[in-house]
Amino acid sequence: MPWTKLQADDSRSEVVFHQARLSQREITYREAIKEALTQALEMDPNVFLIGEGIDDPGGVFGTTVGLKEKFGKDRVMDSPIAENGMTGIAMGAAITGMRPVFIHMRVDFLPMCMDQIINHAAKWSYMTGGRVKVPLTIRAVIGRGWGSAAQHSQSLQALFAHIPGLRVLMPASPYDAKGLLLGSIAGNTPTIIIEHRWLYDQKEGVPEEPYVIHPGKGLVRREGSDVTIVACSYMVYESLRAADELAKEGIRAEVIDLRSLLPLDEDLIIGSIEKTGRLVVADTGWKACGISAEVAAVAAERAIGSLKAPVRRICLPFAPTPACHSLEQAYYPTHTDIVSAVKGIR
Amino acid sequence: MMPYTDIPPEVLKQLYETMLRIRLFEDRTSVLYPEQLIKCPVHLCIGQEAIAAGLCAHLNKGDYIFSTHRSHGHCIAKGMDLRPLAAELYGKSTGCAQGRGGSMHLVDPEHGIPGTSAIVGGCIPLAAGAALASKLRGDGKVSVAFFGDGASEEGTFHESLNYAALKKLPVIFACENNNYATNSPRHARQPDVSIAERASGYGMPGVFVDGNDVLAVYHASREAVDRARAGEGPTLLELRTYRWKAHVGPNPDIDSGCRPADEYEAWLERCPVNMFGQFVADNNILSDDEIGSMLAKVEKEIDEAIVFGKAGPEPPASELYDHVY
Repeated sequence: MPWTKLQADDSRSEVVFHQARLSQREITYREAIKEALTQALEMDPNVFLIGEGIDDPGGVFGTTVGLKEKFGKDRVMDSPIAENGMTGIAMGAAITGMRPVFIHMRVDFLPMCMDQIINHAAKWSYMTGGRVKVPLTIRAVIGRGWGSAAQHSQSLQALFAHIPGLRVLMPASPYDAKGLLLGSIAGNTPTIIIEHRWLYDQKEGVPEEPYVIHPGKGLVRREGSDVTIVACSYMVYESLRAADELAKEGIRAEVIDLRSLLPLDEDLIIGSIEKTGRLVVADTGWKACGISAEVAAVAAERAIGSLKAPVRRICLPFAPTPACHSLEQAYYPTHTDIVSAVKGIR
Repeated sequence: MMPYTDIPPEVLKQLYETMLRIRLFEDRTSVLYPEQLIKCPVHLCIGQEAIAAGLCAHLNKGDYIFSTHRSHGHCIAKGMDLRPLAAELYGKSTGCAQGRGGSMHLVDPEHGIPGTSAIVGGCIPLAAGAALASKLRGDGKVSVAFFGDGASEEGTFHESLNYAALKKLPVIFACENNNYATNSPRHARQPDVSIAERASGYGMPGVFVDGNDVLAVYHASREAVDRARAGEGPTLLELRTYRWKAHVGPNPDIDSGCRPADEYEAWLERCPVNMFGQFVADNNILSDDEIGSMLAKVEKEIDEAIVFGKAGPEPPASELYDHVY
């Protein structure tokens, strides 16, 4: 297997977007994803990409542009509009030796695939006594803005993070997007990688050579001692903005980027709460039975004695996404909501 | 019965032995089930043996089959050892899935059985996906999806046939039409159109087959498998048959009014094993002595499998989380 040669980056102590790597070549989040896909296709003939319109000129927000031309239509395949069936077809290929990456332009299309993801891909290793593994990677994109509305902007990570047998990842930075995607393709577990459309232009130093980041490790993006802000995906950036604001008032916020929702890096969260005594969770999804609920529950189970104040959660209002601009503006929480939440428990 | 002149006697003997092995294993399971040592639901395929035997006769060890909650017969016909099969029913570490799957989730990768799904229609796309992998690799393998008439109502049926036809995938869609989805008759669920006819909508051949005539199954399957192997794409087979037992469990369901008694009686007259047994005797393919020793051999195999299954250790609680990832 070519994958065993990859170097794993399991470091967890790095702070603030890999300062040490800033001297390296900087690329965007979309370029990092494309680079990971390119390298996976180059390294292993069993890797193929499939998805609706992945070979069109837009190339899934630029992440697959030119790959069909480079690798051919048998390795970068357009797909019928048949999300559940095609998930099963990708899985069927995965359990017979391939390493498919199934790509969706919107997370909202994944509910069509629930049978094959939950009843089949997630269960296969267990039901076969570990004899048949499912090296299937599913990428899906959260939309936002310009009236994307209720069926093109959902953050459904919690639905999948409930299911044993799956991995659920939400990279926020280009470095993580590349390493987590390569790690998923190299692994033997069905993995859902959820990207956010507003992250594609983010830039940072990313090594050119392939590397993998194993799931289950969060990252401290900013160190602080007064409050812990746990965030995922785009909300990491709102949290860092909030931390900047709070710093002006002398409040030192520690910002944790979860990166991996399943498995969840409980130790990192607990260690930070033990230091700061306060917890705010910022998720791109809803509160009810969501990622923020899970993080708060972990805090209650393992660090209740360290908490000096109630936990606060910054999530979406419990309503579908509106289309019109005025309601859309009201819908999405920002760094100011996080700042208010922190001040409310100070 | 269909004519057989182009089928070598050895193949005819093997077909009969496979049908016997399935029938006797299922019979034994239904006899032993009341002991309550098999602690999982069993969906027996008694009455449907000819389909598994006739189709799998054309498959190589490396070819793939995908099946359903009613998969014992398919796995036996594909060459699965009866011992890990029995041990799986008994929930033992020595079972084919180390007791994690039970009767509904048999697996045997070494014999081209990557798993079975108890979600109706769930395995149809998996078979198409395995065929896609074979096509991409050019490994010459074919895949078979076994499913019931109920699965032909699922979205995965349409999605998989559409894609397999589009890509000319080496896959055979084998619909075992036993006319019931649990207890719901087909006329309550589908318009009165043959399932095989739907194939034309995808531009693939669809063949209606007497699923209780193993020679008819053998002939139709040969054409479908040859087509797939030659790169000419998928075939839909509708194999008409009838299940003798209830949807689940070791007993018939006729007395409880689930199905009409006269319908059941008529199908018993068309027992696939007896029909073919008569055929091999009438045509001097097997003598009475040969049939007798074949029966004894298979019964012994089943005896040993049951002993093996009962004797194995149960997985300890400490292994609860094994194989989740």
